[in-house]
Amino acid sequence: MKIRLLINGRDQEIETDPQTPLLWVIRDILDLKGTKFGCGKAACGACTIHVDGQAVRSCSYPVQLAAGKAITTIEGLGTPEAPHPVQEAWIEEIVPQCGYCQPGFMMAAAALLEKTPAPTDAEIDAGITNICRCGTYYRMRKAIHRAAELKAPVLPEEAEAIAIQDNSDNS
Amino acid sequence: MKGKAKKISRRKFVVRSLLGGGGILLGTVILARNPLRRALYGVLENPKNLTYLGDISDPMLWFEIRPELPIILHSPKVEMGQGTFTGMVQLAADELEVRPDQILIKHAESASGNIDGLSTGGSTSIAGFWQPLRELSATLREMLRTEAGKKLGVATADIRLEEGVASAGLKSLPYGQIAQGVTEWEIPETPALKEIKDYKFIGKPVPRVDLEAKVMGEPIFGMDAVLPGMLYGAVVQPDKVGVVFGGAEITQAEKMPGVVKVVVEDDFVGVVANSYTEAEAAKAAIKVDWKREREWTTADIKSAIQIGKGDKMLIQKEGRPGGILEDAKDDSSLITATYSSPLGAHAQLEPNGAVASVEGGKATVILSTQVVKLTRKEVADRLGFKEEDVNIVPTYLGGGFGRRLHTPNAVHAAVLSRAVGKPVKCFLNRKEEFQKDTFRPPTQHQLSAKLSEAGSIEAIEHQFASSDVMFNAALLPGFLSTIVGSDIGTMRGGRIQYSGIPNYRAISWHCELPFATSWWRSLGLLANTFAIESFMDELAVAAGKDPIAFHLDHIADNEEGKRLKNVITAVRDLAAFRDSARDGRAMGFACSTDAGTPVAMVAEVRMEGKEIRVDKAWMAIDPGFAVNPDQVRAQCEGCIIMGISAAMYEEMRVEDSELKPIIYGPYRMAQMKHSPKEIEVEIINGTGKPGAVGEPPLGPVGAAIANAVFRLTGQRLREMPLARG
Ligand code: FES
Ligand code: FES
Repeated sequence: MKIRLLINGRDQEIETDPQTPLLWVIRDILDLKGTKFGCGKAACGACTIHVDGQAVRSCSYPVQLAAGKAITTIEGLGTPEAPHPVQEAWIEEIVPQCGYCQPGFMMAAAALLEKTPAPTDAEIDAGITNICRCGTYYRMRKAIHRAAELKAPVLPEEAEAIAIQDNSDNS
Repeated sequence: MKGKAKKISRRKFVVRSLLGGGGILLGTVILARNPLRRALYGVLENPKNLTYLGDISDPMLWFEIRPELPIILHSPKVEMGQGTFTGMVQLAADELEVRPDQILIKHAESASGNIDGLSTGGSTSIAGFWQPLRELSATLREMLRTEAGKKLGVATADIRLEEGVASAGLKSLPYGQIAQGVTEWEIPETPALKEIKDYKFIGKPVPRVDLEAKVMGEPIFGMDAVLPGMLYGAVVQPDKVGVVFGGAEITQAEKMPGVVKVVVEDDFVGVVANSYTEAEAAKAAIKVDWKREREWTTADIKSAIQIGKGDKMLIQKEGRPGGILEDAKDDSSLITATYSSPLGAHAQLEPNGAVASVEGGKATVILSTQVVKLTRKEVADRLGFKEEDVNIVPTYLGGGFGRRLHTPNAVHAAVLSRAVGKPVKCFLNRKEEFQKDTFRPPTQHQLSAKLSEAGSIEAIEHQFASSDVMFNAALLPGFLSTIVGSDIGTMRGGRIQYSGIPNYRAISWHCELPFATSWWRSLGLLANTFAIESFMDELAVAAGKDPIAFHLDHIADNEEGKRLKNVITAVRDLAAFRDSARDGRAMGFACSTDAGTPVAMVAEVRMEGKEIRVDKAWMAIDPGFAVNPDQVRAQCEGCIIMGISAAMYEEMRVEDSELKPIIYGPYRMAQMKHSPKEIEVEIINGTGKPGAVGEPPLGPVGAAIANAVFRLTGQRLREMPLARG
């Protein structure tokens, strides 16, 4: 079956079994290798991508569900010249070790920040459930907080200061 | 650094000009420096076995200078995540007078002849390269200086080298241009190495060289490799242990969509198809006749690993521990405790796989492996090729941890590729990855001690039982296990490191299992240290002493003892160690020395409902000299978290001969929520020479947590996983 996909802003038509997991379409048909295979059962998060802005584990997501939706992979998240704030923070904190799990985590983190722009530790714990065998969670947490800062239009303290000022103006 | 400017013979270097004089290849031989290598080369009884280890006089480290930067450094070691490549680039950059980004480090292909005969592992890479790589770099620098002098027409002494450019007054030449057209190079006497204090990159927190590739998701792993016209293979793996392949029924699979060929060999059956999903589907339709002799259960495994079973070996003895402990038994003053650790999986994120192309008597295999040369031999033997006709192309590893010391998937991919005459990619799915793992062996430990009147240890003994921790004969040629086998593997951390105790001994029991157990990051260290350091804590409590003071009291005043004491007092101060619980939190302490690197740790725990949470961890490490302090820190953080995972959650079971679980989740591992929110690491540069970093920090993790839990709850946890669900 022919399916139209909008991947990283590009319109692509592919031919495949509609039940094929999106992961294999991305990796083997479109040759975008940044999205990783770790388990194939939605259990590790290595294959995390965005479908219409939502984090999705692509190994367990039939390609037909993605037809006509906007798909973003790590290759579309940012570039070396214009990295996404999550990637910038990842570089600042020197997060990766072996690196294999990292694209999945960055995609999960980027989606989390869209919903929760300044997540607490508890929100990070609940929202990021991927597996990293090298144990880079400690730096990832720092990087997610840092990415939240980089993304925020103003720093939280400044925002507070502005808010206080606004209030006094109103009184 | 003392002892600098040690002269090295020129014969250690080999120069080859690139075709047409377009550059230079300069290589050096690495002598058998680390103890494992010496053991292998020295102890071998049958030199015939040496053939595939290659000729140790072959250069293994190569620089390649082409007209344009970067300079290429061909690495015989693979990058598994421990930052080895970054460390190597730092060592080279400082002596070569270039910036780290002016060097491109690459995995050496076996066809280039300069691969490591052994493996990457054992936390040995940077320590092993410290001298030879700096010497090679300094030599190349002086060769470039001499040539630059000739080309610029100035005296060599007037040439200034900086950031890859040679200059004298207003004249300058980049390194690549200097090398142009030179066909005869003069190799100088080895120049003096710089003083550590003069280094710009060595000893500094230089960012990882693979950082950008890994953050941008570049295709750098074995799993990402592609060859033109590539098909997908899948090999049927047994889900039971102790079974032998007895043939297969393939008619149904042959008719499945996308199937190109089903290949039946004497020892396995595989399918080649147009896509991964088609290959997997066809694989599921193959019926294999698995021959098996008996059923296995977890209880069988447990009873196989028992002190008193298997081969006994005394691995350490001082004084007369036997007699004292016997007497103590008689007068009931003997203190004993038994500890255990379960079967554990590597669970590295990138599955084992390979892309192979076999054509016209030549084979190329691209894969993530820790054993390049061994993989080449296995593929060559299976195909009946000469080793020169097999090129192994190593890639970045999506986690190693010992899982890639055995890569039969390379042979599978090669056999399938030959059968269809096209390149084939073939890898394990996650169920197979869990079931075909070469596991961390289950262990049992018995500790016994006698305390003196004054509350110090008079005698102590550690007996431990484990299955193979290196290679068993089924995995690799038997000679490896006869030399370094279970003894070195299971022994890591198994000896008593407190030579201030007058009488002590350690005894190992080597037991057999029906499946492979092998090298799992740090080998026996995690389990052995869990047992010994938990017991030390029990003894401190029995003696009514502060655990840290108790440890310090039993450490001898020799060189190792001093370094161990330094990390202990450093972590004590860093954590402001408290021996008692407060506000629902308590601290626990443990330490170990592994591969010459002492590490001490304090963990702080609290209970969240019934669950143990490690909120904070402090670690002090003396790696001798930290080439990259940021990466030493990263290894400590990673080991703490991997240690929490293994010590608290992970466990494989055997039910009806089937290894379980087969997926993340049911195989419980540390996630973000289990990771400490705070980790502080102190690095002590105790010797001025880099030593092991990648594994030693795992040692104290389990015991530090268990000891903290005891202070919080009064409960002594003697079995890993500590948080058995
Ligand atoms: S590969 Fe998709 S969650 Fe593991
Ligand atoms: S960095 Fe290796 S698995 Fe996460």
